[in-house]
Order: sequence, then structure tokens, then C-alpha cells
Amino acid sequence: MSETLRFGSSSGQPTTRRDGIAKVTGAATFAADNHPDGLLYAVYVPATIARGTVTHLDVTAAKAHPGVVEVLTPDNCPPLPGGPDTKPFRFSFSFEALQDNTVRYANQPIALVLGETFEAATEGAKLLNPQYNALQPRLGLDGTTPFPTNGDGFGKPGTTVHGDPDAGHAAALQAVDVTYETPAQYHNAMETHAIVADWDGDHVTLDLPNQAIVMSCAAYAHHLGIPAENVTIRSPYLGGGFGSKVIINGPQMLAIMAARMTGRPVKLMLRRDQMFGPTGHRGATRQRLRIGIGADHRMTVLDHDSRATTSSFETFVESAANASQGLYASGALRSTHQGVRIDSGTPGPMRAPGEATGSAALECAMDEMAFEAGIDPLEFRLKNYAEREPGTDKPYSSKALRQCYAQGAERFGWAGRPLAPRQMKDADGLLVGWGMGTALFAAPMFAAQARAVLRPDGTGLVETAASDMGQGAWTALAQIAADSLGLPLDRIEFRSGSSDLPDAGVAGGSAHTASAGGALHAAGTDAIRHLADIATKDPASPLFGTGNAGVIARAGRLHASDDDSRSESFADIIARAGGAEVEGKGNVSRSPEAAEAHAMYSHGAVFAEVKVDPDLFQMRVTRLVGAFAAGRIINPRLAESQLMGGMIWGTSFALHEEAKFDARSGRIMNADFAGYHIPVNADVQGLEVITVHEDDPYVNALGIKGVGEIGITGTVGAIGNAIWHATGTRVRRFPIRIQDLLAGS
Amino acid sequence: MSYPISLTVNGLRRDVTLEDARVTLLDLLRERLALPGTKKGCDRGQCGACTVLIDGRRINSCLTLAVTLDGAEVITIEGLANGDMLHPVQAAFVEQDGFQCGYCTPGQIMSAVGLIAEGHAGTDPERIREGMSGNLCRCAAYHGITRAVSDATRRMAEDKTKASA
Ligand code: FES
Ligand code: FES
Repeated sequence: MSETLRFGSSSGQPTTRRDGIAKVTGAATFAADNHPDGLLYAVYVPATIARGTVTHLDVTAAKAHPGVVEVLTPDNCPPLPGGPDTKPFRFSFSFEALQDNTVRYANQPIALVLGETFEAATEGAKLLNPQYNALQPRLGLDGTTPFPTNGDGFGKPGTTVHGDPDAGHAAALQAVDVTYETPAQYHNAMETHAIVADWDGDHVTLDLPNQAIVMSCAAYAHHLGIPAENVTIRSPYLGGGFGSKVIINGPQMLAIMAARMTGRPVKLMLRRDQMFGPTGHRGATRQRLRIGIGADHRMTVLDHDSRATTSSFETFVESAANASQGLYASGALRSTHQGVRIDSGTPGPMRAPGEATGSAALECAMDEMAFEAGIDPLEFRLKNYAEREPGTDKPYSSKALRQCYAQGAERFGWAGRPLAPRQMKDADGLLVGWGMGTALFAAPMFAAQARAVLRPDGTGLVETAASDMGQGAWTALAQIAADSLGLPLDRIEFRSGSSDLPDAGVAGGSAHTASAGGALHAAGTDAIRHLADIATKDPASPLFGTGNAGVIARAGRLHASDDDSRSESFADIIARAGGAEVEGKGNVSRSPEAAEAHAMYSHGAVFAEVKVDPDLFQMRVTRLVGAFAAGRIINPRLAESQLMGGMIWGTSFALHEEAKFDARSGRIMNADFAGYHIPVNADVQGLEVITVHEDDPYVNALGIKGVGEIGITGTVGAIGNAIWHATGTRVRRFPIRIQDLLAGS
Repeated sequence: MSYPISLTVNGLRRDVTLEDARVTLLDLLRERLALPGTKKGCDRGQCGACTVLIDGRRINSCLTLAVTLDGAEVITIEGLANGDMLHPVQAAFVEQDGFQCGYCTPGQIMSAVGLIAEGHAGTDPERIREGMSGNLCRCAAYHGITRAVSDATRRMAEDKTKASA
């Protein structure tokens, strides 16, 4: 493949975002910014119980309100041809589309009100005044009897065992056996789930923030009973996704059904409180970790069991215990998972699903083990450094974790950290603590396609239906595309974000740049191959006879690779050949053989400093240094932002986020930004990211891993460990609260 | 009942007859005046996505009823640039990568323009962080936001000095 690696001037540059001007001037069009003529506004009515049935809705009162056009309830809602419990694609979960009157969780849609104005629809929704037959909700990690998950699909982690865990426990000279809990968390992208649905006959256009644009068309089409080509999704910008905008949900489907029913375009935008229910979340976990070590401080066993909540009607279980696979060399490894059915919405993938929760517990348990053993936590990790993937014994495709540890520790100033807690104070008398954690995230790659065209004027057009949810697809993917065509960035047109373009796969798993970028690279390479074919066979070309493999594309010209002075511009080659566009196609995925041959991960090391008030126990993260190795970095400016964002999500996990359920009603009591805390600007200081150079010849043609999710992993543990180090109190639940430290003092 | 009001939005006088007293400034801008640049993140004053300037002060447009704005002067994200010339705060947000998805960005930028005009924060990062903490960013682009506000503050001060020299 190496001769096709035409890496030119764009990749690796810290280009500012190509969509930046649109985003700072308000010109970037998010879904709810669309306003087709004749628009109706939809407001959905959320259930205020978590389990039972709806017995009455005052439809008459709602309809009597001026401006209310229609009220959808199970009594008049049209049937959904592909039922809400059918599974057209990999990311399908059952949803509620007013097909019956049962309530399975709070905030589930129980009616949809359409109005000429948003205000009328909102008032109409209030007037419905639902009556219920409510049953006692089952909540929490002990809500029902746990069931084992069997590892047969997405969100169904199974049991993984390497070596003999029982022998590992028996062989241990020292051990820890600790249980950590993590709460339910909700994605809460700043842009709530919005949609504008507009039918034209039996074709529907959806303005819809979506993380799997082409795939979702087929799924919507299945439910709506129309051919996939009759669904167009336009998703140029997502106001954040974090995994929540890949799953089909009831409210958005109802808006589409309402538009079909009324013959008018319909806009629905979820309210913030409605983001706590039908749009997925991270289930709560309880994780037991047992680690044993021998005399040399090498691990004899790493035994990780996780129980996670899921809904009463679906199975998506956090694969938290899998975080212990792939990282530390241990004599034996075991990961086991159980689910607990409760009356909440179905959880789903939320930024670093499984890894975030699992890493939080694992990295704290490792810290506890290091303290037991009386050695530095970083030294303990180095003693158990895996040169090959533990368990499978596969070589890593690349692994610069040692450099991450070294560079992170150096920048942070880790050396000399006292082993015992409560040893450090600052000038104001605040308790100071330092903690660290290892970051790990798999480097998958999904199937993706792209098209590249060289135009007669020598410019390029490249197309793929990628999703930009903030990670910078509009920029990084265009950089790859430009390089693959040997053109400067300003001489390509990059089309993306719409379902009428080639399928770019899923923007998830931190794999979008690798997947969509790989497809663009392949398409550009293919176009250049065709162009080279034309030139080298044309006696009138200075490149005549060089042979296809003997040319390289650079700055809009093909050059003979052994004689740079022999060259010709794209435009001249195309003109002499009759002026027709030259097209290339890209279609990539990772072959099963390649996936089998190596273990592929991004790695990192995170170091945290916290300061804690010795009397009031207020906590602040004062420094956070992350060093990450994630293969080739296409755009360092954007990658740094992504990694920082992930680390702040880690801070949020450690200290802020928690959905609290009311035991009586099953409603989330803090379903808004006043009660569900996420970090604000003042919570973020002393943040530093180092990207460690890493060449990976195996992971994909461009050597790209991913940076979207890894920042959370490692960080949660680092902060938890730093708080212990500052105070001497080990809190084994997240988020860590003032009262937890008060109780421990 | 209808409520006629007259206000200036981005320098243009707009005469609006509201058919509904419940309309917020945010929904007036987005749904009735074709200015969807201002974003809705919570609709209850908890996120800052809807921040605009009214008579030079930053406010949450989701908490402001449009009928109360007769005679007011409103500036939104669409009114900040001078033709193709970005406002220094806008330029600094691009340069410092002060956003990822860009959804909170119109509110962040309007809030920053308001903060700089208030003159309390200067280029002190800690004060900027405090002064910008009414604007949530779930992508957590805070590091870039703070740098952008600091840079823009410095640049605007320099421009002012130059202009008065
Ligand atoms: S939308 Fe106004 S503060 Fe959130
Ligand atoms: S940039 Fe996405 S919410 Fe701020």
C-alpha cells in the first residue's frame, strides 16, 4: 500500500475548521433552523409515571385551544408499517410511537400535539392532563433480579476469561476486592433531538441530526413502509451527538408520522427535560474488581464483574468489565456482565460506552492495589505493562503507551509524589492530591464508501455522507481527500452530511476519520490511478511511458516519481483526453484477517491534581495532563480539542453528572441543567494535552486510530485517585460528592 | 388579542404584530423573523445558548417575552460581523478553536461580546472563565473559549488604542 500513500500538504496541519465561519456567524443550519412553508409545530407529551397505563387524555380541551391543529394519541395514531419493536438495523431498539397506551418509563411519549405555533402546541400539550393507572416502578441496581448477558450482539457483553482466574486468586500474595458504583448519565448534547419532516407524496425529507446517515434512511424506510430511496436525511451539522443520535426514537418518529397524517411539514424539538428518557443514556453500574499480585508486584489475576441497569423491554448493558481486557498483563483475566431490568428508558452507547464506566472502576482499583503493595501507581502499571495483548497474546498494531506515561509524568511533574495520602497542602492550606490513570480505547474501523472526481478545470469534488457532530469531519476529512487527490485544500469541493452521497458508515466508536477518511483516500487514489493511466499512455504527455505506478500527484500535477521535472497538470491531461471528468471510487473496511492479526487500540495516560478544602471538602481539579498515542493525527488543533473535551467529560463523570430517580414516581428529579450538573467554564483549568507520535502500519492505510472517546477513560480514575490522595478518603461511587468526603473524614 | 411592537434587530427596524403574548424573544427571532442563528438549548435560562444583546447587555432571549421589547435594540449573532469582516470575537473563536459542534457558539460569542463590554474580566483567564460560566458547552470547548475571549479582548483594546492615537 505504501506507494499509494500520497500524503501531501494538508494532513497533519492544524487547519482551522472549514465550517468555522458558518458556525461563528450563525449561518450553520442545524435541523431545527429549517422552516419550510406551511410548517406545523409538534410538542410531545411525556409520561409522568414510569410504569402503568394512560387511562385518559383530555383531547377535547387540547383541541379547543386556539392554534391547536391535531392531537395524536393511541386512539387515532396511524399504525406503523414496520412496527416499533422490529429491528431493521444494528442500532435498533424498541421505541414508543403511540401504538398502545402502556407506559414503560417516565418521559416516554404518550401523545403528540400539533399547532400552528410552538406556543399553541405547548399549551395544548399541557391541557391534555393525562390520567394514569400507575404501578410501582422498579428502579436502581437492585430493582429486579439480575440476568446474565450472553455476548450475542451490540450492547450484550458476555463473559470473557483468559487463563485460570481461580488459580490467579489462589496464587496472589496480596489482593484487593473492591466495589464501585457509577450512576445513570444522560448525553445531553446541547442541540436536543430535533427534526423537520416534510413529505412529498411517498418521499420524505428529514432534517435530522444523525450519526449514521445512510444506514438510518433504510431503518426509517422500514418503519414507514416505503423504499429506502424514498427517505432523504440532511444532517450537515449535529449540535453534539455522543452516541445518542444514532438510535431511532419515538418522538422523532411521531413527528414524521404526524407530517404524513396532516400533509404538512412538522418540526419537533425535544425540550431539555425530554432528553432524559427516550433518547438513550448510560446505565448505572456496580462493578466488583478483584486484583491479586505476586511477590514481584505482577498481577496474578484481574477479575472484573459488572452489573448494569437496562430497560424493562430491551437489552443494552454497559460492557464495563471489558475495560479490563486488553490493557494490563495479568496471569488471568475475567470479565463478566449482568443486566438489571428497570423502568427507565433503554440505555445506549454514550461516549466511550463500557470503557468510561469500566475504566473509572479499574483505574481506581489499580490505585488501591498499588497502595496496598506500597509502590507508586505509575510504577505498578509499568510492572504490569502488556507487550502483547493479555489473554489473546496478539501483538499490538502499535502501542506508544510507555511514551505516554513518560511524557505525561514529565509534564505533570509526577516524580516525588508521596505514596501516602494527605501529605500535600498548598499555600492556602488546601489539601492537594495527585492521581493518575491509564487511558485505553479500541481502534475499530467501519465499512465506508466515497467518490472522488477530478474535474476538467483541475479541481476535485469528493463526496461521502459523513456526520460532523463537532469532531471536525468537515475539516479533517477534507484534508485527507485533498491529499489523496494531490490538490490543495482550497481546490476541492467536499460534499458531506446528506444521504444522497456515498455511505460513510457510522460516526461512532471513534472510527469516523479512519473509516470515512479511508474511503476518501481510496477514492482519491483510484481517481489518480485513472488519470495516471490516461497520461502515461498518451504519447503527447511528458509522462508517456512512465507506467502507472511511476507517477505521484502533487499540487494539481502528476509528476514522474523518478524525474520530478517531468510533469503535467491534471487539467491538461484531462483536456487532451477529451475533457471528461475522471472518477474514482473508494470502498473500505477492515478485513477479518487484519482484525485478527493485531490488537488495535489508542492509549494514553492521564495525570490529575485536585485541591480539596480541609473543612468544607469542596473539590477542584486544578491540573489535568493527558498524553495520548492515537496513530496518525490528521489535524492536531481539532484532535487536541476532542481530547480535551473527552477529559472534561471525565471530570464531569468524576465530580458532576448523576441522574437521580424519584423512588415513588420513577421520574428523574433533576432533568434539567440546573439539577443535572455538567462542567461550566469555571470548572476547567490547567488542562493540557500531549499527542505522542505513533506510526501504525496495520490499523488502516492511513494509520489513523481515533481520539473522540479515549479522553474520558483514564481521567475519571485519575481524579478519583487524586481525591483519595488529597484526603485519605476512598470514595467508591461516582460522582464524588462533598458529603462522601465529610462522611469519611 | 394582538400586540404590535417595534424593535431594532441587527440595525434594522422591525415592526411586528404578535398574535400571542407568550412568544419569547428567542422564538420571535427563530420562528418569525428568520434569524435561527440564536440557539435554543434549554428554553429556561440554564444554558446560555440563546444569549443576545439587548441595548448592549447580554441576556437569555428564552427568558424574555417579546412583548416587553417595544423600542429595544437587539443584536444577534447574525448582526455581529461587518459584511465579510468577522467581529474580533468571532475571528478569535475560529482561530482558537473555541467550539466543536458549534451549537452553543452563537450564545458563547454574544456572551463574550457582552462580557468584554462590561470590562470586568480583561484578559485574566480566571475572570473570563467565571464571566463565561453562564454559557454551557457540552462539547467542552472551554479551553479554546477562554483563549478566544482573552485574545479578542486584547485585540479590541489594541484596535481602540490605535483608533484614538
Ligand atoms: S435556551 Fe435560553 S438559556 Fe438555554
Ligand atoms: S461547541 Fe458543542 S456545545 Fe459548545
